[in-house]
Amino acid sequence: MSISRRHVRAIFRKELREYRHNGSIVWTMAVIPLIFLLPALIHIFGVAAGSGPSDLLLYMLGIPALVPSVVAAYSVVGERQQGTLEPVLTTPVRREEFLLGKGLAALVPSLAIAYGVYAVVVACVELFADPGVASEVVRWPEVLAQLLFTPLLAGWSIWVGIAISTRVGEVRVAQQLGALASFPSVLVTALIAFGAIPASLGLAIACAVLLLLLNGLGWRVTLAAFQRERLISGTR
Amino acid sequence: MYHLIRWLIRKWRSRSAAQTSAPAQTPGAAPLTDEPAPDEPAPRPAGPPARRLTSPPVSAESKISGAPALSVDGLTKRFGDRVAFQDLSFEVGYGEVFGFLGPNGAGKTTTVRTLGTLFAPTSGSASVAGLPLTRGNGAEIRRRISIMPESPGLYLRLSVAENLECFADLYDAPDPRGQIDRALRAVHLTDRAQDPCGALSKGLRQRVALARALLSDPAVLFLDEPTAGLDPVAARDVHELIDDLRQRGVTIFLTTHRLEEAERLCDRVAILNRTLRIVGRPEELREQMFAKSLTVRTREPLPEPDQVFGGLPAVDGWQADGAHGYVIAVSDTQIAAPAVTRALVQAGADVLSVGESRHSLEDVYLELIDEDEEAGRR
Repeated sequence: MSISRRHVRAIFRKELREYRHNGSIVWTMAVIPLIFLLPALIHIFGVAAGSGPSDLLLYMLGIPALVPSVVAAYSVVGERQQGTLEPVLTTPVRREEFLLGKGLAALVPSLAIAYGVYAVVVACVELFADPGVASEVVRWPEVLAQLLFTPLLAGWSIWVGIAISTRVGEVRVAQQLGALASFPSVLVTALIAFGAIPASLGLAIACAVLLLLLNGLGWRVTLAAFQRERLISGTR
Repeated sequence: MYHLIRWLIRKWRSRSAAQTSAPAQTPGAAPLTDEPAPDEPAPRPAGPPARRLTSPPVSAESKISGAPALSVDGLTKRFGDRVAFQDLSFEVGYGEVFGFLGPNGAGKTTTVRTLGTLFAPTSGSASVAGLPLTRGNGAEIRRRISIMPESPGLYLRLSVAENLECFADLYDAPDPRGQIDRALRAVHLTDRAQDPCGALSKGLRQRVALARALLSDPAVLFLDEPTAGLDPVAARDVHELIDDLRQRGVTIFLTTHRLEEAERLCDRVAILNRTLRIVGRPEELREQMFAKSLTVRTREPLPEPDQVFGGLPAVDGWQADGAHGYVIAVSDTQIAAPAVTRALVQAGADVLSVGESRHSLEDVYLELIDEDEEAGRR
């Protein structure tokens, strides 16, 4: 079975167009990063130089964990409630293509926001913070961790969100459950960022492997949960 | 009157049961080989159309010769203990407009969804657009058909063109721009292409949904209540479009509650009430369901109706219909009508009218559904 790129692109483009026309989705995506951005900046600018290396910027990994969950949780149940799911499912699109299109549409803006906000924070620190503090906060291992873990965390949140969206019958319930499901990831990154769990290379590799496995598992679970008949008929 | 009609039905049925030896089908269903005669045109809307809708061309490959467009054999769908429909068997030829009628909850939409590969049948088999209805053929069947659901299901924040672009890609349209333009022209929406669907009226949304269904150049087009919510002019446009599609060889499976629409557009109709009650051409169904009869009106009641109608050729019986009316069961109207007229004149009756009783598809439909309700109460 081959995946049609055209089908994936059609779903992806349609989703992006809907974001563009729906201000509330953009605002929801924009507000969450602020929650992470402001406390991080306040803390960094309040720290004195010489207090030692800090993993504080890993806290920003909460953004890719949280931002896509809301959009992903809306993806299937939202279409069901609008009545737009049935026409789409009557086309030759396969569930893999549909889900990939939906997943990509949640992933791309989430990555853009997460990397963008991180870039803003790094730029602010480099430009305005005490040079001693900047060198302690912005370090290559943390930058690499940010680059590597952002897509992994976002992917996990997306598959959990879409899986929830295929199973529940109400958008609000899906979004609440999606946000709730992303909290463990946010909690772990916060504990590492604030030093409760010491960051190390071994921990980074273990987390990366775990997230890769979870992403694979999430894809399979989502695929299994997506059943045309149940989604159209509403039966359990 | 009601009892006379029931008596006539019973009489006809006992006679036809003795005469026919049709193969066993779903109870009440007509033989499956009941294809429309090629030389018998379907009824067309009367009068010159104000504007003629033109459907996009249907590709040669979408019309597959030989096998029927739809072939359904003992198809059943259950949701747990609930039966959506049971033991459906019928065939639909290419280029045929097939009406699918039934009350709410009869299983019409579920049938469409099952044939459209959205639902898996519980038992039975079917082939759709030349392919067996199997899990593995789902995407390929969906490529050859198109379904217009009852609810348009448009992305309301997107424009008409954006909606159609998405679906043109999902249908792998080889020339998306051209196909979108043709579909929009077919439903007279070219000038609204850039409008958001949310700003359109219900009727216009229905037309966009119809344009979307035409994008795939389908061999079989399932239309679920296509004229629901449309004004008469828009409904007439849809009727013309259906006619045009039929002429181009597209098979149309039309689910509707509008019986006059079905009678006017469909080559054959099926009446479903969980099981298939009857299949056939509208005029055949009328003949099957209702025995022939004459309606007579006189200025004054006849003093001895038995003496007037008794013993006339081709007259099987009679019953009073109101104070000055009579319904006469006949075996052949061509013989009975002149005989009845002569007998009335000889009896000195002032005849107001003598006419053949006409039954509509609605009469057939109501009779069958009433029978089901009656059987359910027993």
